Amino acid sequence: MMDGSKGFEDAQTGEQQIRNFNINFGPQHPAAHGVLRLVLELDGEIVERCDPHVGLLHRGTEKLMESRTYLQNLPYFDRLDYVAPMNQEHAWCLAIEKLTGVEVPRRASLIRVLYSEIGRVLNHLLNVTTQAMDVGALTPPLWGFEEREKLMCFYERACGARLHAAYFRPGGVHQDLPAELIDDIEAWAHQFPARLDDIDNLLTENRIFKQRNADIGIVTEEDIQNYGFSGVMVRGSGLAWDLRRAQPYECYDEFDFQIPVGKNGDCYDRYLVRMEEMRQSVGIILQAVQKLRDCPGDVLARGKLTPPKRSDMKTSMEALIHHFKLYTEGFHVPAGEVYAAVEAPKGEFGVYLVADGTNKPYRAKLRAPGFPHLQAMDHMAKGHQLADVAAIIGTMDIVFGEIDR
Amino acid sequence: MTAVLQELGEYLSLKRNDCVLSWSIAHDELTVDVAPSNIEDFVEFLKSDQRCKFSTLVDITGVDYPERAKRFDVVYHFLSMYQNHRIRLRVSIREEDMLPSIVNVHPSANWFEREVFDMFGILFTNHPDLRRLLTDYGFRGYPLRKDFPTTGYVEVRYDEAEKRVVYEPVKLTQEYRQFDFMSPWEGAEYILPGDEKEAAK
Repeated sequence: MMDGSKGFEDAQTGEQQIRNFNINFGPQHPAAHGVLRLVLELDGEIVERCDPHVGLLHRGTEKLMESRTYLQNLPYFDRLDYVAPMNQEHAWCLAIEKLTGVEVPRRASLIRVLYSEIGRVLNHLLNVTTQAMDVGALTPPLWGFEEREKLMCFYERACGARLHAAYFRPGGVHQDLPAELIDDIEAWAHQFPARLDDIDNLLTENRIFKQRNADIGIVTEEDIQNYGFSGVMVRGSGLAWDLRRAQPYECYDEFDFQIPVGKNGDCYDRYLVRMEEMRQSVGIILQAVQKLRDCPGDVLARGKLTPPKRSDMKTSMEALIHHFKLYTEGFHVPAGEVYAAVEAPKGEFGVYLVADGTNKPYRAKLRAPGFPHLQAMDHMAKGHQLADVAAIIGTMDIVFGEIDR
Repeated sequence: MTAVLQELGEYLSLKRNDCVLSWSIAHDELTVDVAPSNIEDFVEFLKSDQRCKFSTLVDITGVDYPERAKRFDVVYHFLSMYQNHRIRLRVSIREEDMLPSIVNVHPSANWFEREVFDMFGILFTNHPDLRRLLTDYGFRGYPLRKDFPTTGYVEVRYDEAEKRVVYEPVKLTQEYRQFDFMSPWEGAEYILPGDEKEAAK
């Protein structure tokens, strides 16, 4: 207009008011590592807010456990973090053993350590390689899964199942390992570092991998305390916190291993920590193999918690009754409450068990390490680009079996 | 280990006499009963006190005792990475009671409290975002209460005619069985088959 009262309300300036963009990430997204739904608020490509919606894999494990006996509950633990099943079973067995005061035979204890470390390698192999795939590398998963396959064969040869093992039992482990299996595990442990070097060569100095991971998702000491982090998320930031060392359980105190720590607390350091942890695990496996050879004996603390020997059952009536009662009624655990935690590959996996003296747990709470990690997603992803969200999910080591329970 | 916890328990009950109702040590674990109104204050103290330094919240969960007047126990687990010890706090509340949230002290309490709300229906005051966490969108009821049936109340299926997922009341072809393997000689609270005459006496 002539008086000049018209403001700058033309089409171009109107368009300058850009609103934030909300997108829905998942639940069926390959980089979401399962059924994760993220509601992201984006300013251009920068994440402003991140709201994870979990529970799509919720199976009510804790509710189901209240109506089953202690032994029947054991296989549920395989289905939590299905990447490293035996480490979870371990926490359940430790909780029961703590309440009942059962002493595990030394050979069983060594087997538990051996298989916990195999579980750690299984988990880190999956995590490191699939995280690399999330940021664009296709070969590492193919190489890593070949080694995982061999490890799952060891699982199978010990307990008959490749994944859902149900091998650790309250009072020991289900069956003894044959000598050939121990030899094969040793042979594997000798050749595995070379395979790790291959993956190392692919990734560690890879320009794209470094650009996608270095300085992404930095965790400070304050974040660790505020968000309840554990495991590699802590060690990647320079704190040498490992339950195997800090609060030793089983017979970890007699093993010689180092706790690798990162420096910058970013995704790249956590990758390096995981790689080094695998090498340390191989060291523990080799030590455990040696110790197992020197230590024959029973693998179950014979008593109320465990079945009698097969040979006894054939000759003794009492043993037969014991076996029948154990697998129908189950064993009774004295009343009390206990919290048992293990250093699972992903962090601190804990079981809070409230027993009321019957054959079923009154309440069992499973404390999954991934739960607080994923909770911090909003904090960690804020200010990063959309593409970094995939890298951060990968480095947190999210598996929905344990988060949703 | 127990001696250290003994000392810590004595220290806490001395220092925060107003918050600590009682404390005990069992299985090398320290459990402190805390009054509901003081919980936020006490957690703050545990976090900042140099001797305690319980800087990491490990877990919050609930336990349901339907026969008690104070129906719920809310249980907090804390860990100190600096002092390398753990503590368990227990708060007993009635069904209608609300509990102060500790999100301001430990941001990680956010999801744990949401989960307790989701599973037990315990409300937390001053919680920034108290939504359901693990159950379905629009879910009703509190699954981990003892009076909630394991089978739930609704089931879902994909309806071919309506081309969408529909919710229906649970239909079981066979009644859900809670197996009772307890020996009839110890604590069977029912009449054994064939024993009806004996019970009528």
